[in-house]
Amino acid sequence: MAARPSALRRSGRVLLYVVMILAAAGIMLPFAWMVISSLKMNNQVFTAPVQWIPDPVQWRNYLDIWVKADMVTWVRNTLVLSVAVTVLQVLTGSFAAYGFAKMRFPGREPLFLLYIGTIAVPWQSYMIPQFQMLSSWGLNNTLWAIMLLQAFGAFGVFLMKQYYESIPDSLSEAARLDGLSEYGIWWRIIMPLSVPALASLTIITFVSTWNDYLGPLIYLRDRELWTIQIGLQSFIGEYNAEHALIMTGSVLSVLPIALIFLLGQRYFVEGVATTGVKG
Amino acid sequence: MTTPVVGEERTLGFAQPDTRPPLRTPRTSLKVRNALVGWTFILPNFLGFAVLTLAPVLTLFYISLTSWNIFGAAQWVGLDNFTRLVGDKSFHTALGNTFYYAALHIPITIVASLGLALLLNQKLRGAAFFRTVAFFPYITSIVAVAVVWNMLFSPEYGPINQFLSLFIGGEMPGWTVSKDWAMPAVIIVGTWKDMGYYMLLFLAGLQTVPGELHEAARIDGAGAWQRFWNVTLPCLRPTMFFVTVMVTIQSFKVFDLILVMTDGGPGQATLVLSQYIYQKGFEQFEFGYASAVAVVLFFICITVTVVQFLYNKRKEA
Repeated sequence: MAARPSALRRSGRVLLYVVMILAAAGIMLPFAWMVISSLKMNNQVFTAPVQWIPDPVQWRNYLDIWVKADMVTWVRNTLVLSVAVTVLQVLTGSFAAYGFAKMRFPGREPLFLLYIGTIAVPWQSYMIPQFQMLSSWGLNNTLWAIMLLQAFGAFGVFLMKQYYESIPDSLSEAARLDGLSEYGIWWRIIMPLSVPALASLTIITFVSTWNDYLGPLIYLRDRELWTIQIGLQSFIGEYNAEHALIMTGSVLSVLPIALIFLLGQRYFVEGVATTGVKG
Repeated sequence: MTTPVVGEERTLGFAQPDTRPPLRTPRTSLKVRNALVGWTFILPNFLGFAVLTLAPVLTLFYISLTSWNIFGAAQWVGLDNFTRLVGDKSFHTALGNTFYYAALHIPITIVASLGLALLLNQKLRGAAFFRTVAFFPYITSIVAVAVVWNMLFSPEYGPINQFLSLFIGGEMPGWTVSKDWAMPAVIIVGTWKDMGYYMLLFLAGLQTVPGELHEAARIDGAGAWQRFWNVTLPCLRPTMFFVTVMVTIQSFKVFDLILVMTDGGPGQATLVLSQYIYQKGFEQFEFGYASAVAVVLFFICITVTVVQFLYNKRKEA
C-alpha cells in the first residue's frame, strides 16, 4: 500500500525529467545546427542524413567572414548605438521613476497612465509619422535617429518604478529630515539600493538595441551606418548560396548576446519578473 | 535648508485635503516647489517620450485623413483612405493573415509557456539550466533566428523534413516556400522564440500561489489536474491577464519575424498588417494611405486590450 504511490511518484518524476530534457534539446536544436553548420564546408551543410559532426572542422569560415563582410563597421556601429541608448535609457528612466515612485504632486497619475497606455500601442502603427518627424529634422540616415528612437521608452521608467516602490519610504523620509534634497536622496540613497534593477535595465536595453532590426532598417541607408542585424541580412541576400558562411555570421551576431546573457542571467530573469508581477 | 520641510509638506498635503485658502503662504509655495522638483525628475524622460511617441501617435490620425504621398504635400481627403481600404484586396489579405497568426500564436504560446513554467516549478534538478535554455531564443536576434529556421525548414534537404519523413510518408510540407505551410512555419518560430519570456512571467506568478492552498486541496483528495484547475489557475489570474494582453498585442503587430523569414510570401501568403504599412509607407511612399492602415492596427490593439481589461475587471468583481 505504501510502496505503490511512491513508485508511481518516482516514475512521474522520471517522466518529468524526460519531458524536460526533450524540450531543452528541441529548443536548442536550431542553435546547435547553426554552430555545427558554421564549422562545415559549404557543400556539407545540407546532406541527407544530417551530418551532426563536421568533418573536417572548418575554422576557415571564421576568418573568411571578416574579409567578405564588413563586420568591423557593423559591430562598431551596433556597439556605439547600444552603449548610447543604454546610458540614456538608464539615466532618464531611473530619474523619472523616482518622480513617479517617491514623490506626490499634481499630474503624476495621469502622466503615468500615459506611459502605461503606450504599451498597448505598437511602434509599427506610428513609425511613419515618427519617420517624417525625424527626417524633417535631418536625422534620417544618422545614428542619432536610432538613439532617440530607443532611448526614451516607457519600459525603463516602468521597471525602475516597480523596483523603487519596494524600497521602504522610511529611508527617504529619514534622509529628508537629515536635510538631503530630493536629488540627493535619488543619487545617494535610492540609486545605490537599486543596483540589481539598474543591472536588469542595462542588460535588457543593451540586448534589445543590439538586436533591433526594424529601426536600423528604416533609418540607416548608408553602408557605413549599418548595424550588425542589417549587415547580416544584406549579407544573406548577397551570398545566399554560402550557407556555411551565413551561419558563421549568425553565430558571430548572437555570440556577444549569449555571453552577456550567461553572465547576467539573474538580472534578466529578475527584470522580466519585476515588470510582469504587478502588470 | 528648507528641504526637510518640503518632505513633511509632501505627506501632509496629500493626507488631508487642504481647505484653507492659503494663497501666498509658505505652505503653498512649498507645494509648488515640490511639484516643480517632481516634474524635473520626470521631464528628461518625458520630453523624449512626448516628442518621439506621443506626438507621432497624435499626428498619425491627421496623416491618415490626408492624401500625402511622394508627389505632393498633405491634402485633406477626409475618410477617402478608409473607403479605399474597404475595397483593397491586399489589405483584406493582410488583415486575414494577421488574425490567422494571432488566432494560433496566442493560444499556443500561452499553453506552451505555462506548461514550461509548471515543469520548471516542479523543483527538478537542472531546472535552472533549463530556464536558461528556454529563455535563450527570446534574446537572440531575429535575423540569425530566421535564417537558421529557414534552412531547417528547407523542403528537400532540411533536417525538419528529414525527421518527419521517418514517421510519415508521402509529400512533405513545403514550409516557407508553400502558400499553405508558410504561415504555420512562421507561427512555429514565433512561438519557439517568445515562449521563454512568458514562461518567466508565469514562473514569477506561480511563486505567488500559496502552498497551503495546494496542501488543503491535496488533503481534500483533489488530484493533480483538479488542483491545477481549481487552485493554480485562479491564483494565476493576474499573471494570465498580463500575459494574454502582451501576447495579443505582440501577435497583432508581428512584423520583423515575417519580414526576414518570408518577406510576406510566397505571394501574399504571410503578408501581415505591419508589413503592409511598411510597404505602402516606405516602399511606395503613400504616407496617407499607409497611415490609414496603421490606424486600423492601432484600434485593433487598443480594442483587444480594453476588452481584456474589462473582462478581467468583471471576473475580479
